[in-house]
Amino acid sequence: MKNRIQNAFNNKKAFIAFIPAGDPDLESTEEFIFALEKAGTDLIELGIPFSDPIADGIVIQKANLRALAGGVNIEKIFDMVKKVRIKTQIPLAFLTYLNPVFNYSYEEFFKKCAETGIDGLIIPDLPFEEQSEIKEYSEKYEVDIISFIAPTSKDRIETIAKEARGFIYAASSMGVTGVRAKITTDLKSMIDTAKKVSNTPCAVGFGINTAEQIREIEKIADGSIVGSAIVKIIEEHGKNAAPHIEKYVKTLRSLN
Amino acid sequence: MSNNKGRYGIFGGQYIPETLMNEVIQLEKAYEKYKVDENFNKELNFLLEKYAGRPSLLYFAKNMTEDLGGARIYLKREDLNHTGSHKINNVLGQVLLAKYMGKTRVIAETGAGQHGVATATAAALLGLECEIFMGKEDTERQSLNVYRMELLGAKVHPVTSGTMTLKDAVNETMREWATRTHDTLYVLGSVMGPHPFPMIVRDFQSIISKEAREQILEYEGKLPKAVIACIGGGSNAMGAFYNFINDKEVRLIGAEAAGKGVDTELHAASMTKGKLGIFHGMKSYFCQDECGQITPVYSISAGLDYPGVGPEHAYLKDSKRAEYVPITDEEAVCAFEYLSKIEGIIPAIESAHAVAHAIKIAKEFGKNDNIIICLSGRGDKDVAAMARYRGKQISE
Repeated sequence: MKNRIQNAFNNKKAFIAFIPAGDPDLESTEEFIFALEKAGTDLIELGIPFSDPIADGIVIQKANLRALAGGVNIEKIFDMVKKVRIKTQIPLAFLTYLNPVFNYSYEEFFKKCAETGIDGLIIPDLPFEEQSEIKEYSEKYEVDIISFIAPTSKDRIETIAKEARGFIYAASSMGVTGVRAKITTDLKSMIDTAKKVSNTPCAVGFGINTAEQIREIEKIADGSIVGSAIVKIIEEHGKNAAPHIEKYVKTLRSLN
Repeated sequence: MSNNKGRYGIFGGQYIPETLMNEVIQLEKAYEKYKVDENFNKELNFLLEKYAGRPSLLYFAKNMTEDLGGARIYLKREDLNHTGSHKINNVLGQVLLAKYMGKTRVIAETGAGQHGVATATAAALLGLECEIFMGKEDTERQSLNVYRMELLGAKVHPVTSGTMTLKDAVNETMREWATRTHDTLYVLGSVMGPHPFPMIVRDFQSIISKEAREQILEYEGKLPKAVIACIGGGSNAMGAFYNFINDKEVRLIGAEAAGKGVDTELHAASMTKGKLGIFHGMKSYFCQDECGQITPVYSISAGLDYPGVGPEHAYLKDSKRAEYVPITDEEAVCAFEYLSKIEGIIPAIESAHAVAHAIKIAKEFGKNDNIIICLSGRGDKDVAAMARYRGKQISE
C-alpha cells in the first residue's frame, strides 16, 4: 500500500485533526474518525496516550490520563485502526511519545503500523538528532516519521527539512499544545526556509482553533493542525461528541 | 566518557521536543566556553569557598566505627554546606552559568524542596528571577520549604498535573522552558534529563569526590574500599563516585529507595526494578508498567522519589563499575536514628539510605580498611516526618 499522507496535500490545503485514541473509549474514537472525515478532514492524528506528555498543554494531558484510565493500550488501538481501515482510506498518523513505542519494540510497532494502515508517526520527544532510533524501521515499513520545526529551530530548519518525510510539523509558537489567542511567530520565514530545500508539505500546529487563523496559515503553509480545540469538545461531550466535532470542523472549513 | 551527543554507552541522549533543541545546544556551547573561562572559575570557586563553605569536612566517625567493628568509617559532610545539602554545588555553578549566558530568569523543579531552596538561594545571591515548580502534593507535605523559597524571593508554582509529584514537576518545568527560552535557563537538579545536563550537573557535583579523594589520602594514606551514596536521580552519588571511577579497587555503591519493599508496588527502585526506557530527555532505567507508561513511585524520602535514574549511573551499573542496592523506608529510618544518637549528626532521610547500607556492610572490611559515606544533606527537614513515622504527632 502506498503511503497515503501525500493525498492529504494533493492540490489542496490540508486540514489535519488530532484526537486521542481511547478518550473516552475506542468505540467513540472510531465514531470521531468518521465524523472528522465527513466534515472534510484530510489527515487524522491519533494519539496513543502516554502518562507524561511533556510537549502537551493541560487539555491534551487530561485526555491522555482519561484514555489511560479507560484501559486503552497500543494493542487495542491497533485493533481499532484495523477495523477503521476497512471503511476509509483517510491518511492516519499516530502521535505518541517515544517510550511506549520503545517498550513495544520498534520493529514490531512499525510492522503493525504497516499492517493496520498507519501512514505516519509523530513523536514530539524524538528530535531530528535522535531519529536514528527508528529510521531503519520507518524506511523498511514505509511509515513516515514526521519532523518538527519550531520558532527557535533557526539554522536547523534546513537540515531537518532536507530529510523530512510525509509532512513537516511547524510549531506555530513556543511552548506546548493548546489554544492561543494570538500567534506572533514569523511563520512565513520559518516555512519559506523549509520550502527552499524541500518539497515536503508544511502544516502548522499549536494553538490553532479558528477559521480566521486557518485562512491566514493557508496563505503561507500547506495545511493546519487542530488538536486541543477538538479535544476540549470531547472532554465536554464524551461519547456524544461526534456531531459536535463534525459541526466544529465544518465551521473551521467554512471560510475556505 | 560522554561523547558530543551525551552518550554513556547506550544511555543518555537528547530526547526532547524540537522547541527545546536550540536551547540545549546553546547551553552546551556556553558551558564548554565558560568551564575553561578564568573569570567564571574564579567567581565560582570564590562562591563555593566563601559562600557555600567548601571544602566540606571528611569526618572520621569514631563511635560508629567502634560500634560496627569493621572498616574505619568516614562521612563526607555535604550536610554542612550552606542550605544544608550537596545541591548548592550544582546550583551555584548553573545559576552563575545562566548569568554569564545573559539570562535573567531561572526555573527549576523540586521534589522535597531541597533543590528548589538551593536554586532560590543562588538566584537571590546572583540577582536572577526565580520560579520553582513543585508537585502540589509535595507543596503540602513540605509547606515549610515552600515558605522558605518564597522568603528567598522565588515564586513557587504548585503542579497539579499527573501524580502531582516530582516527575510532574519536571514535566511542567520542561513545558515552561519550552514556552520561554530567550531569558530563561532551566536549572536541573540532578544528573538527568537531556544532554548536556547530566554532564554539567556531574561536573559541578564532582567536587565532592575531588575533595574526598584528597582528604582520605591525607588522613589514611590510602584509598577507601568503598564509597556509598544514596541515589534518586543520582547527583550526590555521581559527585561522590566520579573521581574514584578510575580507581578500580574502590567499590562504588548507590543506595536507592526501596520504600515499603521492592516486592511491593511502593518503591522508587529504578535500578533494581526499573526497565530500560526513554523519558525526560534520556535513555536510562525507569519504573514503568508493561505498556511503557511511567508508574507512580513511592519513598519516605521525597528526594529519592523519582521514577528514573541518571544515564551515567545506568552505564556504571551495566558496565559493573558501580553497584546499586535497595534500602527500605524502615532501614533508612533506623539509620537516621542510629547516626543521630551515635555521632550526634542528624542526616537527611535520603542520606540515611547510604548510612543504612554502610551499617550492613561495614563488617565485611578489615579494621585497617576505610569506607566513605556521602552524607548528602542534613535531616532537620525530616524530623517531623520521622516523628510521624514513629507515631508521634508534632507540628513543624
